[in-house]
Amino acid sequence: MVGKREFLDAVISFEGVSFAYGDGARVLDDVSMAVLSGEFIAVVGRNGSGKSTLARHCNGILLPDDGRVLVGGMDTADKEHLLDVRQTVGMVFQNPDNQIVASVVEEDVAFALENLGVPPGEIRHRVDAALRAVDMYDYREHAPHRLSGGQKQRVAIAGVIAMAPRALVLDEPTAMLDPQGRREVLEIVRRLCREEGVAVILITHHMSEAALCDRVVVMDQGRVAAEGSPREIFSDRQWRETGLAVPQAVALLELLRLGGMDIPYGSLTVEECADAIYQALGQGA
Amino acid sequence: MLKDITLGQYFPGNSVVHRLDPRAKLILTFIYIIALFLASGFLTYAVMLAWLVLAVSLSRIPLRMFLKGLRPLLFIVILTGLLNVFYTDGRVLAQWWIFRITLEGLLMAVRMIMRILMLVTGTFLLTYTTSPLQLTDALERLLGPLKRIRVPVHELAMMMTIALRFIPTLIEEADKIMNAQRARGADFDSGNIIRRARALVPLLVPLFVSAFRRAEDLAVAMESRCYHGGEGRTRMRVLAFRAADAAILAAFLAISAGVGVLGVVGF
Repeated sequence: MVGKREFLDAVISFEGVSFAYGDGARVLDDVSMAVLSGEFIAVVGRNGSGKSTLARHCNGILLPDDGRVLVGGMDTADKEHLLDVRQTVGMVFQNPDNQIVASVVEEDVAFALENLGVPPGEIRHRVDAALRAVDMYDYREHAPHRLSGGQKQRVAIAGVIAMAPRALVLDEPTAMLDPQGRREVLEIVRRLCREEGVAVILITHHMSEAALCDRVVVMDQGRVAAEGSPREIFSDRQWRETGLAVPQAVALLELLRLGGMDIPYGSLTVEECADAIYQALGQGA
Repeated sequence: MLKDITLGQYFPGNSVVHRLDPRAKLILTFIYIIALFLASGFLTYAVMLAWLVLAVSLSRIPLRMFLKGLRPLLFIVILTGLLNVFYTDGRVLAQWWIFRITLEGLLMAVRMIMRILMLVTGTFLLTYTTSPLQLTDALERLLGPLKRIRVPVHELAMMMTIALRFIPTLIEEADKIMNAQRARGADFDSGNIIRRARALVPLLVPLFVSAFRRAEDLAVAMESRCYHGGEGRTRMRVLAFRAADAAILAAFLAISAGVGVLGVVGF
């Protein structure tokens, strides 16, 4: 359970949230968790485990049937604070084409600020800053449909961070991108988290992406099945029972162990994996 | 085939015509159309043509772009011309079987053809020199007063913006679906019109389904970015109606009024 002091720092906190769609199936089942300022969290889980539904609760697109979601201390169910909530938690979706509104890049980035009634001079300023933050300033007058998938997704991120949110929720932002686009987007997201202190909730199928985060939340059948650092989560034997893939480095070590090599648990990145194998070989010699 | 659609085509540039306030351009085009219908004789047509030639040359858009746009209209223009030549009574110049060519008919045909060509070229000039975004912006501002009688002006402008944004996306998707259907043996290019129209059904159904899915996604994305209608909304680009815009508009209004009066009298 999360301590009281941490709740005070929480940008988003779920308190016993349950939710069912119209057909009655429970998609979220008594979920409690907190996202702290500046934290980088990955949410993983099988299809239908409730990941996207969880994401849509973060800025009041969906409202819990039971329990409540607090964003910066505001209840998402409170209509008066809806715009504040959405300004605090920005959301980026899977399909980059379906979230770009305008036919010019900079006009699209300005969209949220225009909705919030920011004065024109300040919009200009913040749009330029947001475009620079995602390395898309040179493309500001381009038409979105001529950009690559990774570039479109970066424009979508710019459109959200122009609101200066405290948290960024990304719902499988790299699912439709090629490897190059995936790298671009991840790099930008990590930079935003480290340098601007934006809390990031990354919903993903790619375990290599999850391995980069501070904390991994595993969803299963609408519940938080496990939660911890990537090191803890991916070394856990329970993990294999959830039926999810592990990062390739971890999978390789597991195979070597099965093959009889004595390799300790806890290696996650490619470098660590190489070191572990090197040491195991050294012992054997 | 689908990529040939030139709806709302815009050629970026920095000419005098490009820089004119989009509201002024919209009003100018509107007045131009009215004046064109009031013009009747040689003098008034000459004045209108002079304006058009001046504006087109100032826009620095290559003439062939206009010609390219006019090509699909060739059939209508020729048909209009022929109908006017044969079906106008007056002094007979030549006669053969049931066909009669009259002097009045010839003049009328020339007038109608000029009218169509000038009308279309004038509106092309508007869309060629004004970005779709500026156009919708201008429309929203100009129609602003209608909000008082509950016309959803902002919503209409937003619909236009989104439609323009998604035209290239949907064209791309239609192309993709067509190729996928072709790969499975669909035939879009042969047969008569009815057959070809029927062949489009397997294209349109998936296109519609996907368009609705996109609409749903976009609605959620827009709400996530605090969209809540036109109330309290600001714009990044503020349209500035300068003295030069007003001067050009006034000059054109005066000349159009002259054309209108002379045209009604018959010059």
